Amino acid sequence: MLPSTPGSATDAVAASLLPKAAGVERRPRPAWLRFMADEPLGAVGLLVVATLVVVVALARFIAPYDPLEVDFMAMLQAPSAAHIMGTDQMGRDVFSRLLYGGTTALSVGVISAFLGCTLGALIGTASAYFGGKIDLYVQRVNDIVLVFPGIVLAMVIVSLLGRGQVMGLDLNVILAIAIPIVPQVVRVIRSSALTLRELPYIDAARAAGFSHLRIICRHMAPNVMAIYLILLTVNIAQAILLEASLSFLGLGITEPKATWGLMLSGASQYYRDAPWLIIFPGIAIGVTVFAFNLLGDALRDWLDPRLRR
Amino acid sequence: MWAYTSKRLFLMLPTLLVVATVIFFLLRVVPGDIVELKLLGDGGMVSQATIDQERARLGLDQPLLVQYFNWMVGLVTFDFGTSMWTGRAVSEEIAGRLMLSIELAILASIVGLALGIVLGTLSALLRNTWVDHLIRLLTLGGMALPSFWIGMLIILFLLYIFDWLPPMTYTPFFTDPWANLSQLIWPALAVGYRYAAVVARLVRSSIMEVMNEDYIRTARAKGVYERLIIVRHAMRNALLPVVTLSGLEFAFLIGGLVVTEQVFNLNGIGKLFIDAIDNSDYVLIQSVVMLMAFIFIVVNLIVDLLYAALDPRIRY
Repeated sequence: MLPSTPGSATDAVAASLLPKAAGVERRPRPAWLRFMADEPLGAVGLLVVATLVVVVALARFIAPYDPLEVDFMAMLQAPSAAHIMGTDQMGRDVFSRLLYGGTTALSVGVISAFLGCTLGALIGTASAYFGGKIDLYVQRVNDIVLVFPGIVLAMVIVSLLGRGQVMGLDLNVILAIAIPIVPQVVRVIRSSALTLRELPYIDAARAAGFSHLRIICRHMAPNVMAIYLILLTVNIAQAILLEASLSFLGLGITEPKATWGLMLSGASQYYRDAPWLIIFPGIAIGVTVFAFNLLGDALRDWLDPRLRR
Repeated sequence: MWAYTSKRLFLMLPTLLVVATVIFFLLRVVPGDIVELKLLGDGGMVSQATIDQERARLGLDQPLLVQYFNWMVGLVTFDFGTSMWTGRAVSEEIAGRLMLSIELAILASIVGLALGIVLGTLSALLRNTWVDHLIRLLTLGGMALPSFWIGMLIILFLLYIFDWLPPMTYTPFFTDPWANLSQLIWPALAVGYRYAAVVARLVRSSIMEVMNEDYIRTARAKGVYERLIIVRHAMRNALLPVVTLSGLEFAFLIGGLVVTEQVFNLNGIGKLFIDAIDNSDYVLIQSVVMLMAFIFIVVNLIVDLLYAALDPRIRY
């Protein structure tokens, strides 16, 4: 429930996302700089996320070995100068696999969270805008989907769709992670869009004869953008965790691709004697999820006017 | 209160009906036949007669509406059909594993709530000291680390420090509580950690909020011991939101259990579900999903009733 009084955080975000008004004399500091100054913990989260993105994008230049290269002469070696994080049960370099695993974790996490949150935000806003029977039906369907725990729903979806790939992307896994996100986002976005619906400018837009689509996308959506950003950040963290769990169970990304969840499940027979097999992937998941959570928390504090100092 | 309870119980029925319908049709929108998928899945050569026979055995040769009707009747009479893979009755497969999973869920909840409430209260009362910072770091970790990884770390810890591993076979609690707990407390800790983290965060902020209330100041002015203020005045109010949260967190708890059972080699509902999915055993999948949805609905009903019972301001 964000009131859109002039100068509120909602407007700041909405303004930063919309084209700048012409004729502004002195440009204010960009929003992300103000965010970093106001929220030191959020700045840490943002820095870690940025570093991860850069490292993962440069994985092929940083990784000392091919992540899929099997070397039976060097199986289950402890960390050493040649393999700084050791080697796994097939002699593959753990550090290289970790870097490539990061590519999968971030791409799958970001894409599925983006899909789930965007779809959820659109449905939530539309549901609030139309109200009445449509709203009622959407909410009932939503409640039904919410009855299934996220991972259970994701597992059922994977088993229904199989594990097909489209253009190198694990589309079905992405869908399986995105779908459970949708109803949660619908619920939150709808409740804040409900307050918007009653505002005079929506009536004005309707009186001006704008189409429903235009009112939803151009007039209501920008005003729930703050909540959308928070939900997106938090759900990227959840999506990365869910992808790791699915891959760990053998229901997500499949071998030979390197993912953190697969590294952990592949190690399950060996980690008692070779703890480095699980220590590093677990820390990688933890740091990534931690950074996105930190960023999400800070965004919430920063964008929610009620908590502002 | 009784009127409200019975009304809520009655309202559960349509929800369950819709959930059962959704599951039934969801598993049948897959292109192709389940039996063909299972028998021909890996390029096996199976005669049409075998396929027809299997189809008849599973009742899949009947019209969809008849199947739907049978599924509904089965749900009411606790006859969920036979597993497509093992050929045993689904209710039998579930019954053998339900005790373990329910016990694990209860243990994990106890661990999560107890740890979470204690840590959250400490954190709020010692705000901005090193204790508070340490607890907040722990809770942030709990929300970021996957429970199955925590489970693996616990196994490593037990192995390296005590040179001991939890027993592999399940002993019912009432046969030998000690053997039972020595096996199940570890996965409960792994799953309960996230729970504790979420609870601790909530308790911290809600105690900090409550401590600013007028009635706390009044109690202090009366000269009530600080410890009594915290336990009797602050915590009783601050813990109300925890009740609501525990209903919402239950979904994560189930998810955590499904994965963590694998790490500890526990033969519970989670393992049954994963096996069912691995084997595309749709009869078993639909029953287990239904069971989980049912438990989720019941837990949330209990949470709502508990909330009403605990907070005298709420009267239905």
